[in-house]
Amino acid sequence: MPGTLIYAEVQKGEIKKGAFEITSKAKEFGGDVSVCIIGKGVEAIAPQLAKYGADKIYVVDGPEFENYVTETFVQALTQVAQQLQPSVILASASAQGKDLMPAVAARLKVGAVSDCVEIKKEGDKIIAKRPLYAGKAYAVVEAVGTPQVISVRPNALGFKEIAGAGAVEKAAVSIDAGKVKVAVKEVVIAASTEPDQTEAEIIVSGGRGMKGPENYKMLEDLAKLFGPTATTGASRAAVDAGWRDHAFQVGQTGKTVSPNLYIAAGISGAIQHMAGMGTSKVIVAINKDPEAPIFTKADYGVVDDLFNVIPALIEEVKKIKG
Amino acid sequence: MNTIVCLKQVPDTETLIKIAGTTIAAEGIKWVINPYDEFAVEEAIRQKEKMGAGAVTIVSLGPDRAIESIRTALAMGADNAVHINDSGFYDKADPYATAAVLAAAIKGLDFNAIFLGKQAIDDDSGQVPAMLGEMLGIPAVTQVIKFEVAADKSKATVTREIEGGHMVVEVPLPAVFSAQKGLNEPRYASLPGIMKAKKKPVDVKNAAGLGVSDGPMIVIKEMSLPPARQAGKIITGDDAKVKAAALAKALHEEVKII
Ligand SMILES: Cc1cc2nc3c(=O)[nH]c(=O)nc-3n(C[C@H](O)[C@H](O)[C@H](O)COP(=O)(O)OP(=O)(O)OC[C@H]3O[C@@H](n4cnc5c(N)ncnc54)[C@H](O)[C@@H]3O)c2cc1C
Ligand SMILES: Nc1ncnc2c1ncn2[C@@H]1O[C@H](COP(=O)(O)O)[C@@H](O)[C@H]1O
Repeated sequence: MPGTLIYAEVQKGEIKKGAFEITSKAKEFGGDVSVCIIGKGVEAIAPQLAKYGADKIYVVDGPEFENYVTETFVQALTQVAQQLQPSVILASASAQGKDLMPAVAARLKVGAVSDCVEIKKEGDKIIAKRPLYAGKAYAVVEAVGTPQVISVRPNALGFKEIAGAGAVEKAAVSIDAGKVKVAVKEVVIAASTEPDQTEAEIIVSGGRGMKGPENYKMLEDLAKLFGPTATTGASRAAVDAGWRDHAFQVGQTGKTVSPNLYIAAGISGAIQHMAGMGTSKVIVAINKDPEAPIFTKADYGVVDDLFNVIPALIEEVKKIKG
Repeated sequence: MNTIVCLKQVPDTETLIKIAGTTIAAEGIKWVINPYDEFAVEEAIRQKEKMGAGAVTIVSLGPDRAIESIRTALAMGADNAVHINDSGFYDKADPYATAAVLAAAIKGLDFNAIFLGKQAIDDDSGQVPAMLGEMLGIPAVTQVIKFEVAADKSKATVTREIEGGHMVVEVPLPAVFSAQKGLNEPRYASLPGIMKAKKKPVDVKNAAGLGVSDGPMIVIKEMSLPPARQAGKIITGDDAKVKAAALAKALHEEVKII
């Protein structure tokens, strides 16, 4: 029976959490769950996927896969897909997934559904729910071609341990290097151990109310206290002021995040900011203006000066973490 | 340097969205150029200015109203446009069908680079650039934040945003590029620009005329509004310390996140 093929992304030598999320979801749906993992030296980590439901793990390992190059990865994944003839191809809607999946779909001459927040099985088909208009509407959609190519927003599904057969096999792929036109000159990735905003479980975000770049230190301190799944974010006002890099920006023209906890300090809650974090599970607003729109959306609001609240909160969290 | 910009007209980000069947209600919408496409238009014009030669062609699939956004791009400094004015096709078009019709419109044109936005902020798909590259058989580089072209126009050196950092790549031209915020600061249309734009040529086409019959591959079965977020609890107390303690307690005990 044609099953599901999952693309497992590797970053900094580790399988990304998003891959576990979609693998365990696919296992829940039933049928054969195959996973394709691509990279350099990934064979050693491939078996980890078995714990989350992978029945078969196809490994594409080699020096040419060290850096992500769209064409190389498209060739590898489509070749595996052509051999397996899956009914569904799933990937995480990470920055890489967003680049890879539309190209894979077009090469297989089918459409793609991107950045879904829910997927369910109806008969042989996957039906997906995805936000549009920056989260101001949701659509339930069906991809009509085969395979259905679908990417899922990180953190949206959650994952659980669910054992799969976990047979690891080298995939038979041959890359046509002549077709790889893009040459990578340089890759710069911050050494930071913090997760990307799109994958973080807790985000401590600061806006114009932070007054200057030097004050983000306290948000970083708070995030650190929350542990390795926490990071910091910023509003566009803070990014435009040059206080934070654009990579930190949350919102319509920044990142779309759905952490378990989003703390907005000195952020008014403009519609374009809410577009990026409106699906957070719990929102905390710290703002000295009781009329700030963010309070109409926040689960917990603190009306006060953030320069008093954040240091006090750091002390309180320290106590709890004891 | 000849460039093409694929431009979509979308509702302004402030627009209140209302649902009508499997689409959104048309009334009350202010239509604008997709914000990421403004970066694309700006970059194309800058490349033309830098090279001192060439033309910028806008290609847009959209109904009658799209002409206003096309004219805005022409007023910014683009030279001519192709308007695929076909609401029958457009209303059902998914990214695949959109890329197919754009590819058909672009195929006969002479170009060194195609610029798009990284994502249209209405459907939020972020697929058309990569699909267009596939359909035209040329490389696509997405999420571009810096773009430089060799003097002989044979290749471009491009910085693209990746998770946690960036990547510099070299790609032979012609190729497709999708613009991410940070690429440039789009200019405003000047008054003389607006006057000139009125006389710039706009070629009107439709999907059938372009030989495209690809239907959509994605079908919308249902549309809904997100569950409204309710205002929650305002934490009160005598001073910031007391409030911070109550907040930490709530996060620890009520929602058990910390
Ligand atoms: C096309 C478009 C796209 C956009 N995309 C984005 C996007 O991706 N992300 C984004 O964030 N915005 C985006 N914006 C901008 C958005 O409209 C707002 O301008 C922006 O979010 C405001 O940032 P802010 O909340 O930090 O600043 P402000 O709105 O100025 O709010 C600052 C807040 O800080 C509070 N404050 C000040 N001092 C203190 C203090 N000491 N203690 C506590 N509170 C304090 C104030 O009461 C105020 O509420 C976009 C706009 C457009 C037009
Ligand atoms: N109807 C359209 N006409 C012209 N260009 C489009 C159209 N739809 C999408 N695009 C281009 O493709 C980019 C990505 O769109 P999307 O994949 O729909 O998010 C946009 O920023 C535009 O540059």
